[in-house]
Amino acid sequence: MAHSIDTNNQADRAAAGAKNFRGSAQDSSSCFSEEHVLHELRHYLPSQTPLKDFIHHNTLHAFQQSRFYDAIFLASKVFGYQVTLTLAEFRQLYIINRIRPEILERVVTDHKGADSLNLWLNKLLRQEYRNHKRPRVGRLRAHWKSVYDIDLDKQVHPLLFRTLCSYLDQGIATWSFPAGTEGLLAAAAKLEETSFSSFFKTKRARTMLLEGSVDIYDLLKILVGDDRYFEQYIFDQQFSHRGWSGMVATLEAKPDSLYDYRAVALRDAIIFELLLEIDTLDYHLGASWQPLSSAFTQPPINLLAPEPMTESDEVLMLWQDAFEWSYYDQVIAGLTIAAQNRPNGPRQTSFQAIFCIDERECSLRRYVEQTDTECATFGTPGFFGVEFYFQPQNGKFYDKLCPAPVTPKYLIKETEVTEKQSHELLYTNHTHSLLSGFAFSLFLGVIAGGKLVMNVFRPKMSPAISNAFAQMGKGSKLTIENKDANDIENGLQIGFTVPEMAVRVEAQLRSIGLTANFAPLVYVVAHGSSSANNPHHGAHDCGACSGRPGAVNARVLAAMANNPRVRAVLAAKGVVIPNETQFVGALHDTAGDKMEFYDIDALSAANAIAHVKNVGVFERALDKNAKERSRRFASINTRGSLAKVRKAISDRSVSLFEPRPELGHGTNTLCIVGRRSLSKGLFLDRRAFLNSYDYTTDPEGLILARIMRPLGPVCGGINLEYYFSRVDNHKLGAGTKLPHNLMGLIGVSNGCDGDLLPGLPLQMIEVHDPVRLLLIVEHYPEVVLKTIQSEPAMYEWYINEWVHLVAMNPDTGVFYYFKEGAFSAYHPSYGSIGGVDDIAAVIERAAKMETNSTVDATRENLPVYTIN
Amino acid sequence: MDQLFPLFIWLPLLAFLISLLAPANKEAQLSGIAIFSIGLHFLGLVVFAGMWVFSDFPTLNIKHLLIFEADNNKISIDFYFDKVTAAFALVGSLLSFLVAVYSRYFIHREGGYKQFFSTLLLFFLGYNMLVFSGNYETLFVGWEVVGVCTFLLVSFYRNRYLPVKNSLKVISIYRLGDICLILAMWVSHHVWHENIVFLKLNDGGVVAAHLQTHYAEAVIISLLVLIAAAVKSAQLPFSSWLPRAMEGPTTSSAIFYGSLSVHIGVFVLLRTYPYWQGLEAVKYLIAGLGLTTSLVAISISKLQSSLKPKIAYSSIAQIGLMFIEVAFGFHHLALFHFAGNACLRTYQLLVSPSMQHYLVHHMFYNFVPKQQPVQESPLAGLRNSFYLLSLKEWNLDFMFHRFFWTPFKKAGQRLQFLSSLRAAVIITVIYVLGLLAHFYQASVPAGLFQFLPYVYSFAGLLFILKSFAEKGNALWAWFYVIAGQLFMTLAVALQNVDFGFMEIGIYYSGISVAAIVGAICLIKIHRIDNDINLRDYHGYIYEKPQLGLVFLISCLGLIGLPFTPTFIGIDLLFNHIHKRHLLLVLFTSLGFLFMELAILRVYARIFMGLYKKADHAIAFRSS
Repeated sequence: MAHSIDTNNQADRAAAGAKNFRGSAQDSSSCFSEEHVLHELRHYLPSQTPLKDFIHHNTLHAFQQSRFYDAIFLASKVFGYQVTLTLAEFRQLYIINRIRPEILERVVTDHKGADSLNLWLNKLLRQEYRNHKRPRVGRLRAHWKSVYDIDLDKQVHPLLFRTLCSYLDQGIATWSFPAGTEGLLAAAAKLEETSFSSFFKTKRARTMLLEGSVDIYDLLKILVGDDRYFEQYIFDQQFSHRGWSGMVATLEAKPDSLYDYRAVALRDAIIFELLLEIDTLDYHLGASWQPLSSAFTQPPINLLAPEPMTESDEVLMLWQDAFEWSYYDQVIAGLTIAAQNRPNGPRQTSFQAIFCIDERECSLRRYVEQTDTECATFGTPGFFGVEFYFQPQNGKFYDKLCPAPVTPKYLIKETEVTEKQSHELLYTNHTHSLLSGFAFSLFLGVIAGGKLVMNVFRPKMSPAISNAFAQMGKGSKLTIENKDANDIENGLQIGFTVPEMAVRVEAQLRSIGLTANFAPLVYVVAHGSSSANNPHHGAHDCGACSGRPGAVNARVLAAMANNPRVRAVLAAKGVVIPNETQFVGALHDTAGDKMEFYDIDALSAANAIAHVKNVGVFERALDKNAKERSRRFASINTRGSLAKVRKAISDRSVSLFEPRPELGHGTNTLCIVGRRSLSKGLFLDRRAFLNSYDYTTDPEGLILARIMRPLGPVCGGINLEYYFSRVDNHKLGAGTKLPHNLMGLIGVSNGCDGDLLPGLPLQMIEVHDPVRLLLIVEHYPEVVLKTIQSEPAMYEWYINEWVHLVAMNPDTGVFYYFKEGAFSAYHPSYGSIGGVDDIAAVIERAAKMETNSTVDATRENLPVYTIN
Repeated sequence: MDQLFPLFIWLPLLAFLISLLAPANKEAQLSGIAIFSIGLHFLGLVVFAGMWVFSDFPTLNIKHLLIFEADNNKISIDFYFDKVTAAFALVGSLLSFLVAVYSRYFIHREGGYKQFFSTLLLFFLGYNMLVFSGNYETLFVGWEVVGVCTFLLVSFYRNRYLPVKNSLKVISIYRLGDICLILAMWVSHHVWHENIVFLKLNDGGVVAAHLQTHYAEAVIISLLVLIAAAVKSAQLPFSSWLPRAMEGPTTSSAIFYGSLSVHIGVFVLLRTYPYWQGLEAVKYLIAGLGLTTSLVAISISKLQSSLKPKIAYSSIAQIGLMFIEVAFGFHHLALFHFAGNACLRTYQLLVSPSMQHYLVHHMFYNFVPKQQPVQESPLAGLRNSFYLLSLKEWNLDFMFHRFFWTPFKKAGQRLQFLSSLRAAVIITVIYVLGLLAHFYQASVPAGLFQFLPYVYSFAGLLFILKSFAEKGNALWAWFYVIAGQLFMTLAVALQNVDFGFMEIGIYYSGISVAAIVGAICLIKIHRIDNDINLRDYHGYIYEKPQLGLVFLISCLGLIGLPFTPTFIGIDLLFNHIHKRHLLLVLFTSLGFLFMELAILRVYARIFMGLYKKADHAIAFRSS
């Protein structure tokens, strides 16, 4: 899970609002402002960082200041994205009853009035719409082809991409770009100057590069002529390769995301591209050609001007709402029923376990509770409220282990690691030089063949596989406690002081409502994911830890809560942790379904015995969890023995040939903030983020505000990234993984001349139903309303409908839906929902998708059941 | 034992045909057929090779299948087995098997699951045909099959722009190799007065005597074979196709361009070594080419910041070294080198996505910052020039375009005036006149008749170039590519009376069906939106996949896909061009070079690329 309120974007938006850039009065007379255009570009370009820091976010974050439907349909018109399922797909979903008729009728009635119901139903179900989008962006530059008969992109892109990639490369090339420290243009000019060869085929562009004083305006004057078209031209140009441009813009804003520093500027990249364009035109057209604006007469278009929804947009909107509510309605009905027979909490608690809110932990928690009915589980963002940088022993860099927008002031260092790092001979650069490559291919070719045979038939962990447990040594020591205020490294305090620890532990415990009745053992279970051959592995790790496994955080929180002096401070504040109680950090590998526990030596004798028993509970739960997950993997027989299924799941995470080690956040749809008893009786098919929260301890909603602040960016971000990658896997996702090629260790592309591909690959999103997140909060609507209104950034998610919000009145059990700034009661149309005794039977019966088109894939997603 | 080894060709053929019948949504069946048949193939091969080793490495040769016989023209499928065959067949079979097993999971749920496994089997068939071939004809059949599979696999993602563009790029360079091989066969046919079998080349006495009398022809044959080998093995100046071929699923890139396809050049050189080993100049040329390629490719590889191209160039460099080994007679070394390089590069390509994690992890623990601004010294100047040149892949792509394709394209563009009904009628009349001249030779003045072959052949070439450069209606391109073929065949017939009814008949029976079916497909597509111009890609296969398949088959029929009548016709056609008529052979071979490109271009532009109706998610052009 993950992401961030991008603080830059927020600032951008504010600035854009203040200056009112797109005022109509400016249109005709405006001069080109380089600063303004660069600013706008940065706002609209994709903002994905290099793959090693994969953090989920709303793909269309640039449009978030508008209402969801206005935003997506505008984005579609401007950039040509597909932003919902297609009309044909919606109609199919209706036919297979995934979109329910009564919900569809209600949605249409709500929007269009009862009188127009039949008219609109007819439009939705039968009318044909010819909807062949031609995006606004790209139209201006298309004239190069239509008027000058030159395919500029075809000629410029390969060299441009290769130059950018070589410049930014983090370690694939053995002979790296002589980058220097002054940026791309300076480095390119230097290279050009000292070389007998040239980037260019003609003189003019070369001279301009060498002179070094060119700016975007001058170059556009040559290329385009009339400055009214400049902004449009630059947008056309940069969005013809949004992947690379987005990467450059993002790295300019976040230079830290490169280990090997580069001076990066979008402006440099644009100038370089403009020079290449001039060169290409000079080469084909000779020295004297007329700028582009002389070739046509249409006025410039305002690329981003809003446009009213068309009828076909409205049709799609109604379908989308109906699709969403067909599921939500079921969930709310389920919660209503479950609320009527809430289980009583166990009188005595065997152990407690705090998990990440991640929806992948939803099923594991269910099985843990089922295996040991006396335990209690909680959910909270998986950095467990402790934010810091982590430096493994011998690490040259720090890993940030907290949500992306947070900038920690603390550093935790690892010492006394016993494990040795291992290497993979066949991955070294020696295979890429002439003579040692000769020796390698002659002698190690056989080994390569042997390894291939082994990996195809007996997959096992290797140094080449991303291993969730390798983040730190199992028995290593961490510098958690700060003993000396002068212990500072690079401006970061090493470890936390006791008061700092106490603040964090208290906040964490209060937020999940665990302030009393502590069991003897409290597990803090982080998660990570092991996978082989998967450049997107970061997207499977914990987003609350900036796309890393959260094991260190779990260990740190446990250590803090075990610290006697911290407990003393807590006791003074009313949170009394009994002496027998011990916290234990753990890590769950969500792909291999394995768990590891930390610092077991420190357990008391009694707890050590109890722990052995609890490990058994976790193991049995993992077996069943593996079985539940296996139903979506065609290569595993779900009906096989638990041991076999578990082995197959574990092998899968280390198999090179397996493009789906796990399915990540696919199908995520719900986020439930409340006590566990609210959802405990329901089977939600691993679709719900579960955040523990006890409204009784927080009548004013102060804790709630803290909980809800990250939910929009984190859960909403994940959900929207899956949504957009699902509806347009080509333009907003990364397409199928199978042809992916690594570029400079920062991204992937198709083939060798392709643009970078931000977003999620097909294999991650194929099970996902593209519906927005439904956030359900157990609290009085007026408190929830006050809470979300307390911060504009938070409010934006809900008022603009990027996330649906429902509050459940804890007294009456009535649900209230938030729309247009107010809550109103919602009564589900589903009277009753199915109940099951044995989830295993449901799992074994469940349908498997025939193809990964949405209409087929969605059949895999199970309805809500009550668990008897 | 002799009679057994053709099974190694029949088995893949059978498997390929069965895979065509399997339903597209039955993944287990499709991959099962491939895994079972290739696995069986490998086991059989191991047993067979064991027996062969025990009989002390005999060289086996059999005449397997006579396809056509008339006068002194015999076209037959011959098989051959020696150490070279053994090494290439074993490595090929093992790696194909592993990749098939790997792909069973890897390609899961991908739209083209069936397409992938059928193409894999077809490729496997072509590869075996090639490595077991006992004469040039058989080798050429395998060679062509491999070429077609390459086109299909590079353009696997057929509704994206770059794969389609690059598949045309790769096939256009491949086609150069095809033509060189056809010409080598042609020269060879005329100097040996038969279609020579490779076994005969092992007879040192015969070859030596032959070189005595036909030195110049021998050099020409060797050079043509070298060009063909350099094309297939991505040696200079053709290297830039290899990284661009890596557009399909990683497993297909691994097996094709990492290991098997790309070593075919080495195979061809090994196979023809007895023939050119006596030609010192050729030997040094091959070694020199290998060395130059190695140096250039390694420099490009070293600065590649994207992974698959880096592996591709490293592989090219090693193949360059193999060329040297072959040239100087270190054949066992070359075979081991081939086996090792094939396994290593297959492995590296398959695990290439892991490098993201591995290298980042490695960097995290071992990074040492190195500031390296551009240095200014004469030596640094050289180094920087080298860097910049390598960054631009030594301008190979650009040069090719500028000096090879563009002139022909420009010539074709000058002929746009032919796109009119009147021109088409006039051309038809001219053709009929030529036919009449052929059948009533006596009534044509001899002085005029002598020129007719050249006139018709040149006109045919121009029509094909016109088709190649067509930007308007695809039907014109289709019409002119057929007209071009008809004119060229007629030219050969006019030149050699032996190329009579039967030969023409065989040829025409092949193209006429293909031509008509193809035209019907185009007309059907035209009806949809009244727009089948060749300026843009239309991507109609999204809407009409079946029609696309039918059209593709008719394209391949028109080109002369192996096993079609056209294919035999082309072979006969060339054999009937007399060796005195150099100009005729030049026109004809250029014609055939561009004919295939023109035809596949029509297929690509109409059926592949971004679908023009954006009512669903389609890719960016830059991806």
